[in-house]
Amino acid sequence: MGNWFERQRNIIDFTLSSLFRRKGKNLSLLLVYTLLVFLLASVMFFTHALRKEASLVLQGAPEMVVQRMAAGRHELVPGRYLKAISGIRGVSAVRGRLWGYYYDAFMSANYTLLVPGSDAPAPGYISIGSGIARSRLAAPGDLISFRSYDGEPMVLMVQEVLSSGSELVSSDLILISEQDFLKLFGMSPGMFTDIVLTVRNSKEVATVAGKVLTLLPDTRPIMKSEILRTYDTIFDWRSGIIVVILSSAVLAFIIFAWDKASGLSAEERKEIGILKAIGWETSDVLLMKFWEGAAVSLTSFLAGVLLAYVHVFFTSVMLFEPVLKGWSTLYPSFRLVPFISPYQVATLFFLTVVPYTVATIVPSWRAATIDPDSVMRS
Amino acid sequence: MRKSTLFFLSLGILAALAAAAWTHAAYQREQGHAALQERADLVKQLDLTDLCLFTEARYTRHPTQADWHAPFQDHPMSLEHFPSGSILAPRKGIGDR
Repeated sequence: MGNWFERQRNIIDFTLSSLFRRKGKNLSLLLVYTLLVFLLASVMFFTHALRKEASLVLQGAPEMVVQRMAAGRHELVPGRYLKAISGIRGVSAVRGRLWGYYYDAFMSANYTLLVPGSDAPAPGYISIGSGIARSRLAAPGDLISFRSYDGEPMVLMVQEVLSSGSELVSSDLILISEQDFLKLFGMSPGMFTDIVLTVRNSKEVATVAGKVLTLLPDTRPIMKSEILRTYDTIFDWRSGIIVVILSSAVLAFIIFAWDKASGLSAEERKEIGILKAIGWETSDVLLMKFWEGAAVSLTSFLAGVLLAYVHVFFTSVMLFEPVLKGWSTLYPSFRLVPFISPYQVATLFFLTVVPYTVATIVPSWRAATIDPDSVMRS
Repeated sequence: MRKSTLFFLSLGILAALAAAAWTHAAYQREQGHAALQERADLVKQLDLTDLCLFTEARYTRHPTQADWHAPFQDHPMSLEHFPSGSILAPRKGIGDR
C-alpha cells in the first residue's frame, strides 16, 4: 500500500513539474476551465434555489384564480360572477380581488396595487413594499402622490413599510383601501380584477375548473398547480438568455476538450517517447496523464463551484443582476436561501471533470503505444 | 516541499472549503426557515400568485396571470423587447384553455 501510494506521489511530482514547464498555457487553461464551471454552477445554483423558494412560498397561493377574458385580454369581473361560482358544488369560499398596476412616471417604476381581503389600510393610508420605500426614500408618515384616472392628484400617507424579509414577494406592492383603489382607477363598485376561490376537496379542483368554464365560458381558471408549475419551469434551459449562456459554455468546453483530444503537441509526444525509452510502462504514462487531467479538472471544478456559491448566495448574483433587472427601476433586494441539489452538482461534475480527464488520456494512450523511437523521431 | 504534497494540500483546502459551503448552506436553510415562512404567510394572507422578480412588464411581473397574447403585447409578430421576457419561460399549459 505504502509503495503504491509512494509511486502515485512520484508520478504526481513528475506530472506537476511537467505542467509547470508549460506554466502560461496551463494556467490560462485552469482559468478558463474555472470560469466555465463558475458560469454553469452559478446558473444552476440560482435557478434551483429560486425554483425551490417559489415552490415553498407559493404553497399559500389561491387554489384557483378565475379571470374574465374579452377579446383575448383580461377584463374586469362583475359581481354576479362571484354569485354564480359560489353556487358550484365543492366551492367553499369565493372572493373578488381588486388589484392592478400603477406606473409612477416620477420614478419610471411599475407598482402593483392590491386591496387586501382582510386588514386593509384605512382610506387615505397605504402600506408599501421595501423596494418602493427604498427607491422613493419613503418612511411611515410620508405622503405619496398618485395621479388618479381623471388626472386629479391623490395623496396617500404611508402607514407601514412591509418587512424587507418578504421583499421577494412584496417589493413593488402597495396595499390600499378598497375605497381609494376604486377612486384611483375610476372603477365601479361591484367590479373586480379577478376571483379567487377555495375548493373543499383539493382533488376536485380540476372538476371545479371545468364547471366554472361551462358555467361562465368567457372565463379562464388558473389552478394553483399551474402557478407552481410555471415557477418550476422558470429559467427553463430553453428560455432565451439561459440557452445562450449554456450553449456558449458547452461550446467553449467542447473546443477545450477537442483541443486536448485531437492530439498532443510535438513536445508532449517527445516527452512520452523519452519516458518510454527510459523504461516507463504504457500504464505509467497513462497514469501520469490521468493525474494531469485530474489535477486541472478537479482544481477547476472545486474552485468554480466555490466561486459560484459565493456569487449566488453571498453577492445575490451580482454579475447576472443587469440582465435580471432589465429595464425595471424597481428590483427586489433579496438573498436566496441556499437550496442546493446534490444531483445537479454531480451532473456538473460528470459533465466537466470526466470528459476532460478522458480527453487527456486518449491521445496519450495513442502516443504511448507507438514505438518510442518513432515518436521521438517524428 | 514536494509538489505532490502541495497538490494534495491545495485539493484538501478546496475540498474543506466546499464542505464548509455545504455546511453553511444547511445552516442557512435552517436559519432561513422563519423568513420563508414569513413570505409564505404574506402570500396566503394577500392571496398573491407570483414572485416579485421582474417589475418591468405586466407579463413578467405576474407570469402566471398573463394574457395569452402577453409576450407580444401589441400584436402577435412584435418582437420581445423586455430583457426579462427572454429569461422567463411562458406559463405552463398556455393555450390549453
